[in-house]
Amino acid sequence: MDDTERSLNLAEDVVRLAKKHGADDADVLVAAGTEFEVTVRQGQIDRLIEAGSKALGLRVFVGGRPAISYTSDFARTVLDQLAQDTVERAAITDSDPAAGLPDADEWRTQFEGDLMLDDPALSDVPNDTKIEMARRCEAASFGFDPRITRSDGATCSTEVGVRALVNSRGFGGGYRTSGASLQIEVMADDEDGKKRNDHWYSVERFFDRLEPPEEVGRKAAERALTHLGARKVPTRAVPVVWENQLAQRLVGIIARAASGEALHRRQTFLMDLEGEPVASALVTIIDDPLIPGRLGSRPFDGEGVTSRRNELCVGGIFSGFLFDTYTARKTGRRTTGSAVRGIAGAPSVGTSNLFMEAGTASFEEIIASVEDGLFLTDLMGFGVNITTGDFSQGAAGRWIEHGKLSYPVTEINISGNLQEMLRGIEMIGSDLFFRGSAGAPTLRMARLMVSGL
Amino acid sequence: MTAGGGFFADRFGIDTRIINEILSEALSHGGDYADLYFEHRQTSSILIEEEKVKNASGGIIQGVGIRVVQGDATGYAYTEELTREAMRQAARTAAKIASGNRRVEPVEVARRSTPDLYPVRVPPWETPAREKLAIIRRADVAARAYDAVIQRVVVSFADEVQHMAVATSDGTFVEDVQPMIRLNLQCLSEEGKNRQTAVGGGGGRMGLEYFETHPPEELARDVARQAILLQSAVDAPAGVLPVVLGAGDSGILLHEAVGHGLEADFNRKQTSNYADRLGETVASSLVSVVDDGTIPSSRGSIDVDDEGNLPRKNVLIEEGVLQGYMQDRISARHFGVAPSGNGRRESFRAYPMPRMTNTYMLPGESSPEDIIRAVDRGLFCLSYSGGQVNISNGDFVFSVTEAYLIEGGRVTSPVKGVTLIGNGPDTLSKVTMVGADFQLSDGRWTCGKDGQSVPVGVGMPTVLVSGITVGGTQNE
Repeated sequence: MDDTERSLNLAEDVVRLAKKHGADDADVLVAAGTEFEVTVRQGQIDRLIEAGSKALGLRVFVGGRPAISYTSDFARTVLDQLAQDTVERAAITDSDPAAGLPDADEWRTQFEGDLMLDDPALSDVPNDTKIEMARRCEAASFGFDPRITRSDGATCSTEVGVRALVNSRGFGGGYRTSGASLQIEVMADDEDGKKRNDHWYSVERFFDRLEPPEEVGRKAAERALTHLGARKVPTRAVPVVWENQLAQRLVGIIARAASGEALHRRQTFLMDLEGEPVASALVTIIDDPLIPGRLGSRPFDGEGVTSRRNELCVGGIFSGFLFDTYTARKTGRRTTGSAVRGIAGAPSVGTSNLFMEAGTASFEEIIASVEDGLFLTDLMGFGVNITTGDFSQGAAGRWIEHGKLSYPVTEINISGNLQEMLRGIEMIGSDLFFRGSAGAPTLRMARLMVSGL
Repeated sequence: MTAGGGFFADRFGIDTRIINEILSEALSHGGDYADLYFEHRQTSSILIEEEKVKNASGGIIQGVGIRVVQGDATGYAYTEELTREAMRQAARTAAKIASGNRRVEPVEVARRSTPDLYPVRVPPWETPAREKLAIIRRADVAARAYDAVIQRVVVSFADEVQHMAVATSDGTFVEDVQPMIRLNLQCLSEEGKNRQTAVGGGGGRMGLEYFETHPPEELARDVARQAILLQSAVDAPAGVLPVVLGAGDSGILLHEAVGHGLEADFNRKQTSNYADRLGETVASSLVSVVDDGTIPSSRGSIDVDDEGNLPRKNVLIEEGVLQGYMQDRISARHFGVAPSGNGRRESFRAYPMPRMTNTYMLPGESSPEDIIRAVDRGLFCLSYSGGQVNISNGDFVFSVTEAYLIEGGRVTSPVKGVTLIGNGPDTLSKVTMVGADFQLSDGRWTCGKDGQSVPVGVGMPTVLVSGITVGGTQNE
């Protein structure tokens, strides 16, 4: 019996225990795995972490009343007590017709293809190789330019595990999963004793798909050096070009506004806009859990619903919200297979592999099109209001003068409203950059308020 | 465990003999130092939405984290199995970091006592769920009753009790019970197409007696008030303005602008903009900042840190001069100073780092009214949704959720969409007035660093900063 089967059997056992103690319905998520992480700093091993870990989450429905429990102790007596406690916990919640497991139709046809979720070679990669990767990564940063004086460390980490979900209506599914990452942050000394830092990272399911350590190290160093001499700029409204790796964040914000949870709570600026133009006609955004080998790929969602590709926005028209079972029922829709589930909590709406489709402009064309504006490479803070679309975040990047990248800027802020920002996307690059479970191309926005001096 | 007993001994049979055996295993490859961090945490939460109890959840996490230190290098392993064999296995894994031939024997652990900063009178974990529910329903009722404009209310309440124990190879054994409660509230106001949300929360290391002095209705009305206020708020100005930071929650500015940069690991690694600046002037002479883990029942307080060191009141900046960093064991050894009781971690799965506890600015002499009167055109900031700092260059931002214009020395219109952006040392050098009205924030802040979250407290008197860049949409 392999560990996927063992996890499935365990989940089935706990579902049975919940039924025995009086649950009408139940589902159980089991997650287990091992992790390894090494950080090399200034050429020396700074930290090594190695551990195995496991946990399960149980959700029950008793007369339509939900309750949730979790544990990392899989002893039989503990699980029996857990099942009983969870059923008792449901005594204080209220019955809700929208609560409950997904309809069986939603998982009857399961996804059969190979999503390449697990790197079979990962377990055989020696720890010394990972340590060497981190060393090479850091050495590449320092070797790139003598002005790189400090490193916060290069970290190589890997994880392998299994995930299994079983419900009391007959769904059962499990798969092995893996991940690997390599990252580094470095600093260069600037005038006035200031330090300028930046980072780069690569994250993949398959170890051999990581960017080479020399590349990761070089990019971090290059990026840190571009910040030397960074300054503030006078406050004014200008065109803003989003670097592709950062534009991923904008796509993520749109997905939050397109969540069925936000719709159900009436907390999104996209309310009442299904089928309406919400962005420039250049904009198409997709959430696709069925791309083989991607970090966000999965055959079924956090409730067992069969995964499907969802369009959020096509040619600027808002296609619709993403739903899990509960928010779909609350708003009179159908689940889009977008439930995400952790061990300790209820399922909620989330994304899988979320990306904006590439456009046709080259990066150079986009920069060349800007007479006076900001090339945005970093955002900071929490200033995104999904309810109103108000957007205000700390920013850094480079100024664009007469169609060319010029001096670095920092300690500035960009503000606008997401509705206008999305309509104001004037150019989209052909340089779609996918990292982890998110992707976006470079894009140019007509005008944002830049606050500085 | 010379005193005998204790939570982990009683429940898991982890006695002195086993602890010494595991520490000995951890140092079997050499290594200068090893410690064990035992944790058993029981959590419970309830969620009310649409006047219904939508969810009740809870669980237990337990395990041990084992650390071996050699020089500046750390080996770390953990296990959820609190059995002798699983712990020995984890100790062997952590031991791999070390490569010396010299075998260090741990000193036999002896129990050390701690202060008792957070006695609990009404333990939520022993209170029937229905009684807890009755209290938090009051928040839901009060928020909805506040005004018909309040259309949606989400209330959640979470409590936990965490048993922890630290055993070190230099002979310390210490145990603590760390309680925490937190009430959170979210309100949506809706008038036509104008929808505005506000959030708030409170709590600390205490039991349900908190609600005797902080009725849930009070928090509910305050959040509802903020959601309604935003209906009429004007767009934020853009540019550099004088900013009055209100007492209490504005301490988050301090947390971001200087707190993180004064965590000793960043200074040991020379990645902080405060590295090598001890004794230098880093702020206006009106500014004194402390980090104090000993404030009774505060969210950021600890009877003992997660490396077995007792908390202290640590002066970070005194009258503008940098006095010291917040230390954990590794950094304290590096700097040749005593650990300051700031070694904290998220759970047994995570290694300790220098972290803040309760960070605040000491009060000055000005009256808050005089501070407002001193501003001709500026902003008055009261509540925040969060902040972030780049510790290397010192740039910080934070998002203000309740702010007002100051015009001619008077507080006027509410403003929305305000972000403050600045540079830590630069902003603190522009502090020109400090109020006498110190206030500690109600317990709602959680600090993230390297993927680890820990609860913290912040505090501040009313303060005038002569200029901060305000990120808004309306060019001044």
